[in-house]
Amino acid sequence: MSVLTAEKLKSFYVLDILGAEKVVKAVNEVNLEIRENEIYGIAGESGCGKTTLLKALYASIEPPLRLISGRVFYVRDSQEIDVYSLSKEEKRRLRWEYIAYIPQGAMSVLNPVIKLKQTYRDFLDSHVAGKTKKEAFDMTREHINKLGLPAKILDAYPHQLSGGMRQRVTIALAALLKPRIMFADEPTTALDVVVQRGVIQLLKGIQEILGNTIVLVTHDMGVHANLTDRIGIMYAGKMIEEAKTEEIFGNSLHPYTQYLINSLPKFGDKGSRESAPGSPPSLVDLPSGCPFHPRCPYAFDICTEQMPEFLDVGNHHKVACWLMKEGKDAIAS
Amino acid sequence: MQSLLEIKNLTKKFSLGSIISRLRITAVDNVSFGIKPAEIFTLAGESGCGKTTIAKMILGFEEPTSGAIVHKGRRPKKREKVWFTQGVQAIFQDPFGTFNPLRRVDCYFFEAVHNYKLARDKKEAQELINRKLKSVGLSFEEISGRYPSEFSGGQLQRVSIARSLLIDPSLLIADEPVSMVDASLRMSIMNLFKKLREEFGVSVIYITHDLATAYYISDRVAIMFRGNIVEMGPVEKVLMEAKHPYTKLLRNSIPEVDPGKRWSGKITLSDIEHEEYLREGCKFAGRCPRAMDICKREAPEDIYVDGILVKCHLYRRNRILIKDGKERQNSQHLK
Repeated sequence: MSVLTAEKLKSFYVLDILGAEKVVKAVNEVNLEIRENEIYGIAGESGCGKTTLLKALYASIEPPLRLISGRVFYVRDSQEIDVYSLSKEEKRRLRWEYIAYIPQGAMSVLNPVIKLKQTYRDFLDSHVAGKTKKEAFDMTREHINKLGLPAKILDAYPHQLSGGMRQRVTIALAALLKPRIMFADEPTTALDVVVQRGVIQLLKGIQEILGNTIVLVTHDMGVHANLTDRIGIMYAGKMIEEAKTEEIFGNSLHPYTQYLINSLPKFGDKGSRESAPGSPPSLVDLPSGCPFHPRCPYAFDICTEQMPEFLDVGNHHKVACWLMKEGKDAIAS
Repeated sequence: MQSLLEIKNLTKKFSLGSIISRLRITAVDNVSFGIKPAEIFTLAGESGCGKTTIAKMILGFEEPTSGAIVHKGRRPKKREKVWFTQGVQAIFQDPFGTFNPLRRVDCYFFEAVHNYKLARDKKEAQELINRKLKSVGLSFEEISGRYPSEFSGGQLQRVSIARSLLIDPSLLIADEPVSMVDASLRMSIMNLFKKLREEFGVSVIYITHDLATAYYISDRVAIMFRGNIVEMGPVEKVLMEAKHPYTKLLRNSIPEVDPGKRWSGKITLSDIEHEEYLREGCKFAGRCPRAMDICKREAPEDIYVDGILVKCHLYRRNRILIKDGKERQNSQHLK
């Protein structure tokens, strides 16, 4: 059962620089279907549109970001809701109760001059009406305990906690109203490896307790390997490959994904690793056809002219690459 | 072989807080190590373990509280900055922070050539610069007249490396050189360090928190924790057969890029970091799964086990200390 679908989603930053229009194609015709009770990972390099995709899915689009075309549906109680047709108030009601968003650098969102229990209380007041102070505090403490965080942190100010603890407190805050979908944008970036493991442990715990869906955006393939059920790989604003995590790591089909996976250093294997030649394209000035073709060692004529379709090659493994289509035709004939 | 750079009992203390409630934190605590020619040495550890402070002290940005830095058998004095930087060059984490955004990148090259008197005229300078840029996979045409914002992070980091190579240094200090570089280009920078080591015999102190890349490029590695080197030795041994409980924890916290090797079990994290710096005895004792009574009272000494330095009471058995060369080999680790 899917909980979130996106159809041909296109969202660009339209900038006006000295009268000249500059268009940053951050999300370019992305189709997505995210299922119930899964952890879906979105991987890609910095500046490939991962965060913008999350914003578009969360329907939080503010200028200069614009929705060009496409639709996003949430499925709530087996009813499809077209998010972009909702009013501001209706969207607000969906947030945190149905869908929660943990932004990048979430550890700095906490108000520095109030204690954490007050932050939790403010949050409850604005989303759940009619709770007394004691009820709210009990609910918070129970929630914190359930997630395995020490309850004494509720009496602390944000600056008294380490970065990793603040990050975990914010994630716990996002899970307070038991949302069905949680978006986590780079939740482990800028944290130490040991702390990073604690954060991943917490996300996994939340998903197990609530049985909900987590969409995890990170560039760290190790985190993806450890946590996600399915992965979508983005390159230059487009989804280029999507499959089960094991498939992506064991049997990736797109040349970019192969470079990405094969360039990762592994323990116990000192063999030389090569990274993809060239560098990622600018989203303002995309190459024609497939955006990866200037760096691709297998590129041929059609790659420079047309963007390949995002096709299912079997076993729910989708790839956007001419090699797949041409290869299949070759086998067929 | 003579060491290129020798760090002897280096200590740095920082004062925190106001005059009334002063807190002295030992950021680097009695650290010693040496770098051999044509060697890639990694200092690895979490943030706050003192790895960057060591780099800053070597480069002379911070004054050590005590201890010595010996370069080519001499202790550089303050006036001898030029002599020192001819041998030791630095590469920083953020290439966009390294270069002034309003200055053209090639200015930095010509300035370095001028300061170190590397060429007689402009043509010779250009040739030298071009040669150095070629060794990192760029050319003079690609950089001349361009501003830092016109490069990608990976390219600019290479420009930064080429600049440091101008005077043929024998040692590069690279502080997290790839953490800001795109994932698909990271390995090209790593391979570049390997190439520089093989072709020009350049030594590298690679400072990182990423043990996977450390494993990939380095010969020797030192794991730091709260100002101490807790384990040091050849990379194969330290990372594949970790001895110190902290190294084990660190090693197991790296997410493996293999969905078949997911984590099982849970870990505990420290809530308050200050406590660990100020702790007496072993600083890891509060989180160590194998902590004993002695760990909380006494700081462990450097113990050599199979040629690897381990700072842990678990391996203490016969109190074999570094000074005693003969007994080193006999020491065995205590189960």
